[in-house]
This record gives sequence, C-alpha cells and structure tokens, in this order.
Amino acid sequence: MLELRSVSYRYAGYATEVLHEVDLRLSDGEIVGLVGPNEAGKSTLCLVASGLAPASIGGSLSGTLTLDGTPAAGLATHQLAERVVVGFQNPNTQRSGIAATVFEEIALGPMNLGLAVEDTVARTREAIARLKLDHLVLRDPTRLSGGQAQLVGIASLLAMRPRHVILDEPTAQLDPAGTRLVGEALRSLAGTGTSLLIAEHKTDLLDGLCTRIVVIDGGRIVLDGPTSEVFDDRRLAGLGIEPPARVRLGRLLGSRGVDPAVMAGALTDSAR
Amino acid sequence: MTAPQGSADGDAVLRAEGLVHVYGGETRALDGVDLAIRRGERIAIVGQNGSGKSTLVRHFNGLLRPTEGRVLVEGRDTDGQRVAHLSATVGLAFQDPDRQIFAGKVRREVAFGPQNLGRRGADLQAAIDEALVATGLDMDAQTNPYDLGFSRRKLLALASILAMGTPIVILDEPTTGQDARGVERIHLIVADLSAAGRTVVAVSHDMRFVAEAFARVIVMRDGRIVLDGTPAEVFAESAWPTLASTFLEPPLAARVGARLGLGSTPTDAALEAALAGAG
Repeated sequence: MLELRSVSYRYAGYATEVLHEVDLRLSDGEIVGLVGPNEAGKSTLCLVASGLAPASIGGSLSGTLTLDGTPAAGLATHQLAERVVVGFQNPNTQRSGIAATVFEEIALGPMNLGLAVEDTVARTREAIARLKLDHLVLRDPTRLSGGQAQLVGIASLLAMRPRHVILDEPTAQLDPAGTRLVGEALRSLAGTGTSLLIAEHKTDLLDGLCTRIVVIDGGRIVLDGPTSEVFDDRRLAGLGIEPPARVRLGRLLGSRGVDPAVMAGALTDSAR
Repeated sequence: MTAPQGSADGDAVLRAEGLVHVYGGETRALDGVDLAIRRGERIAIVGQNGSGKSTLVRHFNGLLRPTEGRVLVEGRDTDGQRVAHLSATVGLAFQDPDRQIFAGKVRREVAFGPQNLGRRGADLQAAIDEALVATGLDMDAQTNPYDLGFSRRKLLALASILAMGTPIVILDEPTTGQDARGVERIHLIVADLSAAGRTVVAVSHDMRFVAEAFARVIVMRDGRIVLDGTPAEVFAESAWPTLASTFLEPPLAARVGARLGLGSTPTDAALEAALAGAG
C-alpha cells in the first residue's frame, strides 16, 4: 500500500504551497485515476507520491509518504526506486540518455535494481512483448517518434516490476491503438498486485481502467470515490473536467428515453 | 469521398504531388501522397503513430524535403526555398513545445517569430498581445516559460506561431496535455483562424476534437491517404472497416448514431440534432 497522509508541498524557491493536506491511499492491485484541470497539482502530486519531491528535486514537504508501511523519508534513492516508479508526461524527460538501443534503455531499470543478467533480459523481453515493441529494439532511443518514446518509457517501468507505479499522462502522445495497449498492460500489471496512480485527461481511458477516481483542484483533493460515481458527478463540468463520452451521451440518450442497451452495445463496438 | 483533384483545386495553398519520403534510405514514411488543401480550409490529419502524418506536414514548411514528388506552397515548389522564407507563409507548432521554446520570458518567446518576419513597433506589440490573449497567456507575459506547466508551454508554442500571422498554420497534436478548457480554447483558435481566411492543418489523435473542430479529415495509413472527407463521411459506418484497418475508432457519438439508425453523427451535437429530428 502507498499512502500519503496530510501532505502539503511547495517547490524550492516558491513561497506558496501547491498541494494542501492531501490524503491518498493506493491499495495493492488498485488502479486510481487522478483528474483535474491543468495546473491543479496533478504533476506535483505525481512527484510527491513517487518520492521524487522532495528527495530529488528539493522543496518543502509536510505530512508523510509511506510505502508498504515504510516511511519514504528514510529511504535512499535506490531503495525508493525498488518500491515506486514514476513515468513522466514527456518521455524525453525520462530517457536515460546513455543507452544506445531501445533494448538497452528498457533493460537499464532492472539492471539498476542489481538483478542478474538473465533476469534483466527476461524482464526486458517481457516488457517489449507486452507493448509490442519488437520492431524497435535495435533503434536509437533518441530517434523515436513521440508515441514510440512514450511506449518505450512505459516498457522501462514495467520491466522493473514495481510494487507501485505513478504515471503522469502516460498516453498523451499515443494513438488510440497505443493507448489501448498501455491500458491492457497496466491492467495486467495491477493483476499482479501492483498499485497504480494515473494522472490523465482522457477520462474515456480511465473510465474503463480505474476502480477509483480522485479529483484534484487548486492543490486539494475535492472528490474521491468509485469511478462511476465520480464521473457521474455534476460538479465535474465546473472543474473543467470532461466526463467520459459514456456519461455525456448516456445523459443525452436518457433524456430522450433511449434504451440504455444501445449505449452498452455502442461501447462494445469499440472493443476491437 | 476523395477531395476534388486537378483543376477544381487550382486555388490550393498547399499541394503534395506524388510525395514520397524515405528516412535514412530505408524507412518509407510517405509512399505517394497526393493532396490539395484550399485556402481557409480546416483540415485534420489522423492515423496511427508512424503513419506519416508528422512527416507529411513537415514538408509544408520545408523542414523535410521530398525524396520523390513535389510540394507546392501557394503555388510555388518548395524545392530551393529556404525554411526561413517558407516560415513567413507556413507556421508550424511542434508536438513537443520544448523543441521550440528558448526565450527567458513568455513575451520574448512570442515576439521572436514576428520580429524575424520584420514586424516592429505597435504592429509587433499588437500581434504579440493578440496571440497571448487567444492562448490565455496574457497574465503570464513576464513569466519564464519553464515555470509554466506542460499544457501552458504547449499553448505558448502555439501563441508563438499565431503571432507570426502566417496565412497557413500547422498544429502537430495541439490538444496533447490540455484539459477540457484548453481543448475548447484551441477549438476556438482554429475557428477564428479559419474565419479570418487562414488555412489550418492539424495532426491529432483526438477523434472528438477532430470531428468537432475540423471540416475535412484525412486518414493516413502506411504513408498513404486512405480516407479523405468531411467528419460525417470519414466517421460514417461504411468507413469503419478502413478506420479499423489502421486501429482508429469513430467517436462514441458516431457509434451510438449508427446503432439507432440515425445516419452519420460524428459529434455529440450531431447526435443530439439527429435524435431531435427523429423524435
């Protein structure tokens, strides 16, 4: 379990806090969606939940982050990385810059965990297969398209088989097929007991993936509940959050007395 | 469904003829693209990652040069024209804003493009102000771009292109990382550009944005154009197999409309109108 208790945070050099008394708990195997308007604190919350802030980027934090009962504050960087990994919005931020091929880039994570070579290779191959990256393994990681780089970034995280995963807009640069692929990979990772926090604007993706949705606004958590309840909440529009198409069109069809089975059918039309 | 070719598009501002682009002597990113875009059109290009969308639009401002075929901008072959010269006609906002941003202040960043095009004084200041207001960055004119979050750096990259006042504006994945309000803002910018007679070409994975903000949609697969028509045409049930062949899905509104036998309803609004008409 990953738990934030009463966490407030401000960046180094800034006078004001960007997170205010955030309480958040990720149970094992749970996929939690994090939504909110731009600049609400989603990316900051990702940095804090992964322990990067303040450990790596400074700033001032009050409250606690605990990982499976261990306070993150006392952990060294490598111990933190064994417990929680983070994927950034812009995959170019995440790339190691030292790997010559995509294969090496993905292998770097498990290698740094001190695994034996055969384990590193096995995990790397598994992550590559899961995200269908076989055709890219020998490519230079600095010469990928935005979408390819994002898939490689996610494969790098999967290869570490982390207990907890924090993802900041993992599909921002992906096409619909890549987005579905990532969704399937994350669902199967959660099936192994890993907990995930996913900051995303694509509520349609979260709708089919998450058990719970947390809404952040102005650095505070303003809604936290089961996916269907939160996405059906009428306050979302006022927060600048688009409900999933299922909810938007469901309301429209409901007001016209259309059989809900039509929506259910249309949703499966997409499940190719 | 194919857009008229030949004499009917004599007023094309962008034209690709038999365009082939091969990267590094092996990857055939564009495999014979013929396309004419008329002045003032709002046109979205969709397709899988690697289908050639970004490669195609980078030919329009000379960042990439054809391996075979040719590209004409306002009737002139881009061959031999410098990027610096083409950039007075074609503005391209990159997918990754950090490849574009370099100045220490938002206002300086936005000023760079129009200044390079020779704009000065009150005219320059007006162009900057207009772009900052359109992107909602007017309160951040003195901010360091790297103090902005990703979504606003993206809007800044867009503002820098808008301020250049180019007759053709190309947007590569403009809605990436934007919340609902940000997408709405970009939607309005596209509409305003088009209303002012400027041509807008966008590459996007966001099918809802594409269906709502654009009048013409081009679907690419393996470096070729496989569909070209209005959103109602491209997202009509008859086109779904072609969309599926490149792993694209019509918006949910289109799928619901088809199930109800309402014809092609690519947007929430089109579905609502069709329901009202049927009721």
